Amino acid sequence: MIRKLRTGTFHTGMTLLSLLWLAPVLWVVVMSVRSFDDIATNGVGSLPHSFTLDTYRQAWTDGGELRALVNSLLVTVPSVLLSLGLAAVAAYALSRYRIPGRRTILLLMLAGNLLPPQILLIPVQKFSELTGLYDTLWALIAVQVGFGLGFYTFVLHGFMRDLPGEIQEAATIDGAGPAQIFARVMLPLTRPALAALGALSFTWIFNDLLWAITVLRTDDRMPVTPALLALQGQFVSSWNVIAAGTVIAAVPTVAVFLRFQRHFISGLAIGAVK
Amino acid sequence: MSVSTIAETAGTETSTVAGTPRRRRRSQRLSPLLVAFVLVPFAVESIWVFWPALQGFWFSLTSWDGQTPPEFIGIDNYAELAGDATFRGALVNTVIWLVLFGGLSVVGGFGMALLLQRERRGVGFYRAALFTPVVFSLVVTALVWRVFYQPDGVADQILRAVGLEHLVRAWLADPQTALYAVILPALWRQIGYVMVLFLAGLKAIDPALHEAARVDGANGWQRLWRVTIPQLKGVNAVVLSVIVIDSLRSFDIVWSLTRAGPYHSSELLSTYMYSAAFQSLRLGYASAIAVVIFVLALAVILGYLVRAFREEA
Repeated sequence: MIRKLRTGTFHTGMTLLSLLWLAPVLWVVVMSVRSFDDIATNGVGSLPHSFTLDTYRQAWTDGGELRALVNSLLVTVPSVLLSLGLAAVAAYALSRYRIPGRRTILLLMLAGNLLPPQILLIPVQKFSELTGLYDTLWALIAVQVGFGLGFYTFVLHGFMRDLPGEIQEAATIDGAGPAQIFARVMLPLTRPALAALGALSFTWIFNDLLWAITVLRTDDRMPVTPALLALQGQFVSSWNVIAAGTVIAAVPTVAVFLRFQRHFISGLAIGAVK
Repeated sequence: MSVSTIAETAGTETSTVAGTPRRRRRSQRLSPLLVAFVLVPFAVESIWVFWPALQGFWFSLTSWDGQTPPEFIGIDNYAELAGDATFRGALVNTVIWLVLFGGLSVVGGFGMALLLQRERRGVGFYRAALFTPVVFSLVVTALVWRVFYQPDGVADQILRAVGLEHLVRAWLADPQTALYAVILPALWRQIGYVMVLFLAGLKAIDPALHEAARVDGANGWQRLWRVTIPQLKGVNAVVLSVIVIDSLRSFDIVWSLTRAGPYHSSELLSTYMYSAAFQSLRLGYASAIAVVIFVLALAVILGYLVRAFREEA
């Protein structure tokens, strides 16, 4: 009896808390389909009295979200692939071979990722101006790759180090060189860690604001996160359009999360138990 | 922690394998491909992280507007910081941010992890609900909450509904409440993240320890303090590092909700650094603020690295 009561309390409490947690999100989704007149007459906090998808059209074309999403993907996809690729080869060499000073190199790379980005902002901006990359998506890709590398290398190193040495031995005896062992043996075995880091880094890079506004200036080149801030300025009191823009900006990361949910969570957990 | 024990044993095994025949070791060391495998990523990080970081320290000793060449002025920037009221306010706000945002997300995340650690019906949904905000960018989070704080928005309506009209105010535009109104959305997003970290840690605790404690007559509270929390030592260190680093980095949410205003009331060191650099174009002065952020983060990073190093050894 007491047990039943406790279970009941637990589920009631948690259901309420979960709904409370999701309420702001649901609210924004509902608001994004309300008409301007509805919000003007009934207020931001009221229940919907109208339904329109025109808000999405406005955010998508007038607000430039389409172009911003394209920019975001043009930055995010190459950044994720490049940084994971570079991190994987570095982690492989550092974890499977006796590279002199490997521990120092690994920790130095990790330390670089833990630096507060503020100390890098001015030099990175000046350096991108110097190299002519300023205000191009290349600059953003380069800085995302450089800044993320340390952490990905550290995590992949931990993962590769734990793979049994016999596999590598066997491949070496069969005459495989380091490159073949990496491509044929190590990479397939590292797939779970790569998937986890891929899902995580996609969200991190896609959601970034600070690097984008540091190395980009032109509105047309901004990815979706800074573009959303601009949208807020453009549609000052059109809360429905801003809400629609917010939903559009959130959809890609939510999709990645839902698709790779297990990897995503295990990726965060890798950091915790390592 | 069981996970790290596995890692350690596996680690020793690998190093013996890699180390046995001496001549193979030498031929491996000479492989130019492996050298490139390490050097290329390291060079990329050097160009975009290590070198800029060193430059950052140098710039903090200069007066620079970004147009004319930087001019060396010694520690004048730091001397000016000491007397800058805005800087002091930002420092105090950063400490408040660290304590409230950090403390509450640890308490909330740990509490939720304890409640949701046992696999039972519905737990998957509850975890997913708490975790959902983590995938949103901080700008998305800010816009979601902006609606909530609007004059006559949801917050005000709730207060009116429960008869607390006198509390209604312009949450983000009132210097007394702006900082706290920004912390709340940040917490909403962070708690699920911290919860996942603790869930992973709780999962790694050997259930036999709890069983033994229960047989010895320890109650739930005693088991929490004497078994669970000491067993989470490793995770606690990670959570602490994550929280401190995240707090010092916090920029997006403040920038999108209040632009550090009104009257610097929600100014953090990170936002002050950004506006000093890219709005006032005082690049040397901004670099000095960045160095202060770095020094604050350094203690934590060192702690983190010492731990990582110990595990590697």
